[in-house]
Amino acid sequence: MDSQLYLDKRQVDEARAYASAIAEQVMRFISDKTTIASERTVLRLFGLDGVDEEYVPLPNVVVDHVHERGGLAGGITRPLIAGLIHTGLDVQGLGEAVARGEVDLLSLPTAPEEAIRERGEVLAKEALMRIAANRARRDEYLGRLGEGPQPYIYVIVATGNIYEDVVQARAAARQGADIIAVIRSTGQSLIDYVPYGATTEGFGGTFATQENFRIMRAGLDEVGEELGRYIRLCNYCSGLCMPEIAAMGALERLDVMLNDALYGILFRDINMQRTLIDQNFSRMINAYAGVIINTGEDNYLTTADAVEAAHTVLASQFINEQLALRSGLPPQQMGLGHAFEMNPMLEDGFLYEWAQALMAREIFPQAPLKYMPPTKHMTGNIFRGHVQDALFNLIGVATGQGIQLLGMMTEQIHTPLIHDRQLAIESARYIFNNARHLGEEVQFNPQGKMVKRAQEVLAQAVDLLKEMEGKGLFQSLAEGLFADVKRSPTGGKGLHGVVVKADDYYNPVFDRLQTALGVREEGR
Amino acid sequence: MADADLRHVRPYGDTWNDGVVQLSFSLPVPYGEEAKEAARQFATKMGLQEASVVHATDLGEQMTFFVVYGKAQQEIDFTAIKVPKVESPVMDFYEINAFIRERIGRKIVVIGACTGTDAHTVGIDAIMNMKGYAGEYGLERYPEIDAYNLGSQVQNEEMVRKAIELKADAILVSQVVTQKDVHIPNLGELVDLLEAQGLRKRMVLICGGPRIHHELALELGYDAGFGPGTLAPEAASFIVHEMVKRHLV
Repeated sequence: MDSQLYLDKRQVDEARAYASAIAEQVMRFISDKTTIASERTVLRLFGLDGVDEEYVPLPNVVVDHVHERGGLAGGITRPLIAGLIHTGLDVQGLGEAVARGEVDLLSLPTAPEEAIRERGEVLAKEALMRIAANRARRDEYLGRLGEGPQPYIYVIVATGNIYEDVVQARAAARQGADIIAVIRSTGQSLIDYVPYGATTEGFGGTFATQENFRIMRAGLDEVGEELGRYIRLCNYCSGLCMPEIAAMGALERLDVMLNDALYGILFRDINMQRTLIDQNFSRMINAYAGVIINTGEDNYLTTADAVEAAHTVLASQFINEQLALRSGLPPQQMGLGHAFEMNPMLEDGFLYEWAQALMAREIFPQAPLKYMPPTKHMTGNIFRGHVQDALFNLIGVATGQGIQLLGMMTEQIHTPLIHDRQLAIESARYIFNNARHLGEEVQFNPQGKMVKRAQEVLAQAVDLLKEMEGKGLFQSLAEGLFADVKRSPTGGKGLHGVVVKADDYYNPVFDRLQTALGVREEGR
Repeated sequence: MADADLRHVRPYGDTWNDGVVQLSFSLPVPYGEEAKEAARQFATKMGLQEASVVHATDLGEQMTFFVVYGKAQQEIDFTAIKVPKVESPVMDFYEINAFIRERIGRKIVVIGACTGTDAHTVGIDAIMNMKGYAGEYGLERYPEIDAYNLGSQVQNEEMVRKAIELKADAILVSQVVTQKDVHIPNLGELVDLLEAQGLRKRMVLICGGPRIHHELALELGYDAGFGPGTLAPEAASFIVHEMVKRHLV
């Protein structure tokens, strides 16, 4: 279809080419590095779970046991399998023995490389089979139960107590929600381990744990059967444990994951090397698991002005897209993010928001775009807020967004009350149904404000990407080109967990995923 | 309309002192006529007369949402109300910088953050960031203020450490989204830590956010509290006047 906004395809191609070059630079940089989180992920996929006496997760215990003595450059897999061979224990048993101090993985005699590789391939194959089985299970549900039409209605629950969350999530599903996101307890992104077990205390959200994933999954499957509609589950694959959360989500059949290549760097001050390495592995897992990722460009507009910074959102979407492709994620799983965040007092702001939302739709035609609601200009006036959310919903349906994260009239006041969510869903369903084919019925004035706005934003994004391609991503982030936030390559949290790979680095999960996803080997 | 008797004030719907209020709430009971009656009785027990359930929705999971109208009988004596407010006059960008040069004679250091578990920086950004908000520059733009926005989820210990390191004259704490009133102990903890370090008296301590008001701030041991919609000049004017008043120059 021709562009309704008369966008110049050559400009779009140019932007994509710059973003592609930026992504290539990143891939070259990360290809010879791993992280403690990536290695813990391998252990989790091999089946290691549980905690030691001090509640330290066993994947942390085992990786730290090797990393603290500088033994991680070859990957965790080789010392682990050497331990399996010498002790005759299984992965869980060996992890527990290491935690008790009974086995030192670095002082065991080395095992023959063929034996290690043989065992490694078996473990990796089993891990991927478990993930593939979950993906098949989802497809079976979708085929049998079906799902709601796009835009998917996405709401959050955030009580801090997983059991209370299940009640609210099931209520939301009955009210019409398609996706339930369990907001994490604030601060979880900055802890370098994933908490264990079912949790009932959290701040502003509920801890992401594998057991919590399992509890919510079961609750949604049950209500989905009853409603005859598959209910998707979303969590946050961000922070210092990106790939571990991806693995846990893949094992417990999560469907959607927040997973941005740059968010942690910009908004959580996580070291950029660490994030860029972790995002790649996490996205490979999400790709294989059939998970739709959501990127976090909406956040740019909470620190910068939504009109002035619109092109940074688009530029970041291009970069997220190119990095995601290199991690094996098809466009159909790229929920690229953007937001309705202009000052509501702006004359014709609704027109500009519409133009930008449609621009994103046209530029990323296959992506289930994730459209974020007004948050910055919500005031506590819940009645006006409900109207702002209604305008946002109208644009969502008119421009064919994939995922509509519903705004709450009580944004900026408290985490949603049970009826806040119901009112939001009722409004969205009303508007989506009442204006279902609006987008097909309108044409825009080729000389008008909306066409001009979209063309301007695209042109600015091309300029920005060109500048970033010249400088490289690291320098661009250091200069604050995104979100007015400046970050240095060696600053931020988590750099201690970055390890340069040795020549004999071995990670059969990574290798097997690369093959399965058709992602070519970079650099090495 | 009758003469307003401000010693006996009730809500106004469309007639003086009709007492009309609207409520919305949920009860953990299954939807139906019994649920509506429960909501009506609940509103009646709250003291509303002629309580009327105008809308009820099934939320699922044995919960029902209601919109209720009723007539309140309680009265307020408006003439007896006293609310502590920030009294310092509000100056503009130029006046504040001139005031600092003339009355303080050095740049002042202001640090701000969204502390504890709160990740919502809209408030502190509106006050601190260069661009500011609603046409008012943020403190980072003030030539006579060294402003440091430490971002979100800053722990109180870190705030105190930064205050010492940067020799802060004033600390701004923002609390936007809170759950189960966690902002109250969090705000109190910062005061305790500053007291313990002997720093409290040497600094101007301010908190702000949608659920903050001046009286609450004073109770918690802050010098001032600002509610939603506060702009940088209001906070900055208070800081510089307070510094002069307390001889913190």
